[in-house]
Amino acid sequence: MSDSTSTTSSVDAIAGSIATEARSRMLEVSGLSAWYGEARVLDDVSIDVAPGEVVTLVGRNGAGKTTLLRSVMGLHRQTEGTITLDGADLAKRSPDARARAGVGWVPDDRGIYSSLTVAENLLLPPVVHADAWPLEKVYEFFPVLHERREFPGTKLSGGEQQMLAMARVLRMGSRLLLLDEPSEGLAPVIVQRIGEIIREIKSHGVAVLLVEQNVKFASTVADRHYLLAQGKVVEHLGNDDFRAREGELLTYLGM
Amino acid sequence: MSEFIQYTLQGLAAGGFYALSALGLAVIFGVLGVVNFSHGACYMLGAVISAVLLGELHVGFWVALVVVPILMFAFGVLMERLLVRWLLALDPLYNFLLTFGLTLVLVEAVKQRYGVSGLPYEVPAGLGGQVTVGSVNLSTYAIFACLFSVVVCVAVGLLLTKTRIGMIVRASTEAPERTRALGINVGRWVTPVFGFGIALAGLAGVLAAPTRAITAEMGSNFIIILFAVVVIGGLGSILGAVVAGFLVGLVEAYGIAYAPTYAQIVIFVLMALVVLVRPSGLFGREEVA
Ligand SMILES: Nc1ncnc2c1ncn2[C@@H]1O[C@H](COP(=O)(O)OP(=O)(O)OP(=O)(O)O)[C@@H](O)[C@H]1O
Ligand SMILES: [Mg+2]
Repeated sequence: MSDSTSTTSSVDAIAGSIATEARSRMLEVSGLSAWYGEARVLDDVSIDVAPGEVVTLVGRNGAGKTTLLRSVMGLHRQTEGTITLDGADLAKRSPDARARAGVGWVPDDRGIYSSLTVAENLLLPPVVHADAWPLEKVYEFFPVLHERREFPGTKLSGGEQQMLAMARVLRMGSRLLLLDEPSEGLAPVIVQRIGEIIREIKSHGVAVLLVEQNVKFASTVADRHYLLAQGKVVEHLGNDDFRAREGELLTYLGM
Repeated sequence: MSEFIQYTLQGLAAGGFYALSALGLAVIFGVLGVVNFSHGACYMLGAVISAVLLGELHVGFWVALVVVPILMFAFGVLMERLLVRWLLALDPLYNFLLTFGLTLVLVEAVKQRYGVSGLPYEVPAGLGGQVTVGSVNLSTYAIFACLFSVVVCVAVGLLLTKTRIGMIVRASTEAPERTRALGINVGRWVTPVFGFGIALAGLAGVLAAPTRAITAEMGSNFIIILFAVVVIGGLGSILGAVVAGFLVGLVEAYGIAYAPTYAQIVIFVLMALVVLVRPSGLFGREEVA
């Protein structure tokens, strides 16, 4: 990698301090590169997320954020590098095996089934861990899903669909959530509500890898941030640094 | 008026054959993304096996109604395991061509073995003759065939909407990749679903045996109409397949009765109209980019 020395050292410093704190890493991605045909869209990316930690991936449109999540899920196959979950290599596992191993995907389009009711959307994935939320708890936490449980999934509003997509992986008991721009296109009150949900998830020791373009929102929920540009990690910041440089980052992201 | 009711019943009975077969075609397309061209040949096999069971083994209609779908399920499982599976990763066109080729093989094989003149079959005991309702005489067998198809369609509908397997099939039909990412081994359902779809075509063949000429070619025209059914109902829509199946049966029967020269054309005019007004069919989902 050809980053400036200052960036590299700050990456190492923060990574080092946090890694010693949280001994076990839920997700560890190292040296990941990904291609679409000839086009390389991820270049030697290394990131990690510990249990109970919220880590964001911030970057402009086309930086490769979604591709990174899809690679972790096993949906994007044209990759090099290693991805481990709780120490276990995921390379040879199919997407469904990865999901059963504890990876929960909340895609950027929310991925709600129109041919399934709200309740069926919740019940479709198998329960993969003892800490999975029982349906009653899901309904208690998301009363609107209980009210609308017999509706076709896509009859919900955008915000409700986002709740449903997140509730679905909690019901499943995923240990690592991959959230792809959950705040996108939603009203501020709903974004705030999603922030609360993420903090609740974190308190259960679940690891969250959050893709965000909303820098303000990211700084209210996350512990650390990776800045991705043209497929490379160019910055790795603790949340305090991130807040301090918010203005600069907003300009960088073109907002 | 009494004639109109008779034509309606004929149409609904024929529509039942289309509905059952189209249902099979729809679940196969939904879960595998395969357009099974050999579906008409499988319908033909269902009828031919029924005739052979009766002619050579003296096994009657009621047993055939149970045994033939089971045999066709096994045939579908073999077909998926030995052939279709290997082309799934490629362009869907390859499986379309494969099943087209298989159709030619099956039709020729039946011709070689049983000739082209048609196998005899009789209306099962108890279902012959007519029922008089008011002043209208209705064929007992047509009433049976029609009701039986409706019952099977409803049962399949319940299986799809009320069971976990059905939920997985619906989810895989809508978004196979996402369903995998949610922890479902979609691949495990591929073989049984394919077998099930073929069994439905076979069942339609058994039901058709007492009322149609049983020849190697009986599926050739059938598959063409079946594609019209699927386009009208909406590709991949289960409800659409059933409704359009009965609708096309009716339109065909009225066509034969009132405009015999145009009977076939009427179906395709209906198809063109539906596609003009609703390109994704009556019950099809609009493509989402
Ligand atoms: N299916 C595809 N085929 C070819 N190129 C693709 C494909 N999907 C994405 N890309 C390219 O890969 C790069 C990374 O895309 P990706 O979707 O991962 O970015 P992103 O950071 O998630 O962007 P956004 O903020 O718009 O969601 C982009 O240049 C994009 O054009
Ligand atoms: Mg994206």
